[in-house]
Amino acid sequence: MDLFSDEYTDGNALAGPLRELFTVDMTSAVGRCVSCGGEGPVAGMKVYAQAPGLVARCPSCQEVLMRLVRGPSDAWLDLRGTMSLRIPMPPE
Amino acid sequence: MARAAVSGGLNRRLAWHAARLAEVVEETPSARTLVFDVPDWPGHLPGQHVDVRLTAEDGYSTERSYSIATPADGTRVALTVQRVDDGEVSPYLTETLSPGDVIELRGPVGGWFVWRSADPAPVLLIAGGSGIVPLMAMIRARREAGSRALFRLIYSVRTPEDRFYADELRTRARDDMGLDVGYVYTRQAPEGWPTAPRRLSVADVNNGGWPPDFQPACFVCGPTAFVETVADILVALGHDPRRVKTERFGPTGS
Repeated sequence: MDLFSDEYTDGNALAGPLRELFTVDMTSAVGRCVSCGGEGPVAGMKVYAQAPGLVARCPSCQEVLMRLVRGPSDAWLDLRGTMSLRIPMPPE
Repeated sequence: MARAAVSGGLNRRLAWHAARLAEVVEETPSARTLVFDVPDWPGHLPGQHVDVRLTAEDGYSTERSYSIATPADGTRVALTVQRVDDGEVSPYLTETLSPGDVIELRGPVGGWFVWRSADPAPVLLIAGGSGIVPLMAMIRARREAGSRALFRLIYSVRTPEDRFYADELRTRARDDMGLDVGYVYTRQAPEGWPTAPRRLSVADVNNGGWPPDFQPACFVCGPTAFVETVADILVALGHDPRRVKTERFGPTGS
């Protein structure tokens, strides 16, 4: 796979699939990359949808940050490339 | 429940809704606006999108994301869909789906690529092709909310026939105080246009946008390669990367 082609979209496309799992919008969450330490909103991740499921890569170093596969009875969320997610929350 | 709308339905599990096509508006020879009626629609913010799911008789189903073209309006949800010739979903939505037909729709989703009408900062909108859709929702919401935030739109399209909302944008550029609209034509320009067709350039963004000192909120939407180019230009011109919000459609589109 050519990582530098434009065969990708971005983390805005994760809004629906992640909103199925979380009660708040996750595209505004700020993630930190395990590989390079880069920080940015989930919306800014590079998302490849051609794989089985969705693969999100770091826009700085291209490492895999997140993988999400939705099966008929389970969702698999692999976050091994993400050190942390800072999630904006309503005040209460 | 303003808060519930802001978060896209807080504390409610995101569910698929039945959406009935109520109205169709032809925008260009290959794009149309589909106005759906969605009972129990929780409202949305300009810039948010929906996921659309189509299921065939044999059970095969497929999903696509589409931006909402209008501000919240009761149970009405309007999507403008560009036909992608070898696409799986858009030919059906733009040619086959008829008023009264029902599809499945999930949303609203996305809380990052949104404009909030209480934000007084100047706004720069840069659209490539059908990337105009969520930006048009912002333009429409601005007037509806009586916002005085200054807006500038730079709209890159292949030809004059490919412009979405051309008449409405002409009217709004005249009547919506504080809204500027500029075009860049990449394949064919209108008669008498001062420049030959060409790609969006640094000069277009520099002259048609805001100085970085104004700290504008920048929204860029379009095909992936277009968005990467424009975002790089904005950052190179001195805009804070955190003020540059982007939404990429992928490799297809104009």
